[in-house]
Amino acid sequence: MRILLVDDSATMRRIQKTQISNLGISDILEATDGEEALIVLKENMPIDIILLDWNMPVMDGMTFLKKVRSVAAYNDVKVVMCTSESEKSRVIEAMKEGVNNYIIKPFTPDSLKEKLGL
Amino acid sequence: MDVSFVNPFIKALIDTFKTMLSTDTIPGKPQVKSGNKPTHDISGIIGLSGEAQGAIAISFPKIVALKVVSAMLGSSIKIIGPEIVDGIGEIANIVAGRAKQGLSQYKLTISLPNVIVGQNHAISPPSGIRAIIVPFDSSLGNFVMEISLKTK
Ligand SMILES: [Mg+2]
Repeated sequence: MRILLVDDSATMRRIQKTQISNLGISDILEATDGEEALIVLKENMPIDIILLDWNMPVMDGMTFLKKVRSVAAYNDVKVVMCTSESEKSRVIEAMKEGVNNYIIKPFTPDSLKEKLGL
Repeated sequence: MDVSFVNPFIKALIDTFKTMLSTDTIPGKPQVKSGNKPTHDISGIIGLSGEAQGAIAISFPKIVALKVVSAMLGSSIKIIGPEIVDGIGEIANIVAGRAKQGLSQYKLTISLPNVIVGQNHAISPPSGIRAIIVPFDSSLGNFVMEISLKTK
């Protein structure tokens, strides 16, 4: 199981990494924005799950998601949005663009585990 | 002045501290800000735009900011550096984004966080917009949220 964390906040990535490590998963990669994440993804396939922030500089999570979903080689990669964006309209937009699940920050370790399907 | 728009921010802040820091926070009475008080040492600021315009700032004394980010990370941070700046910025981001759930009529877009570090700085609301100050009490110390939102 290999997971890619994409978030511009190092604090958030550290929290996610700690909570995921506590589930016994150690193969965890990180990127600070969508552009970096595209490179990390390409160089480290197979990746099972991408945990994706929405609001990031350089390339945001929605732009990244659309790019990932346009590449057949990434069809099996699960993308789980993890963002403070909380309105129903945002969740619907993300679902329409092909996220597998949606986590609204703040989240508990239990809800992260459940939404990642771990 | 209708200040009901502050309630989703207060709720979001309480939820954020409870969920990510295991800390209870108690809001004080919201007040209309006048002049350049209060002052702070570190502030996380998010701009709000859409069908309403404004900003939200969450501001801390230095010692409280250190305790807050330490609680969030589960490890002790002792100096104001990149970790504190990032942590305070992310807290502001989470509170602002979460609050949007209760303000969906304004179709708000939130900016990336800006963090101000500097002893005794004051926050100026966007020009022409009045700010509401909400003080908070917690076991980590006292801090303040300043919210300004002008509907069209
Ligand atoms: Mg972000």
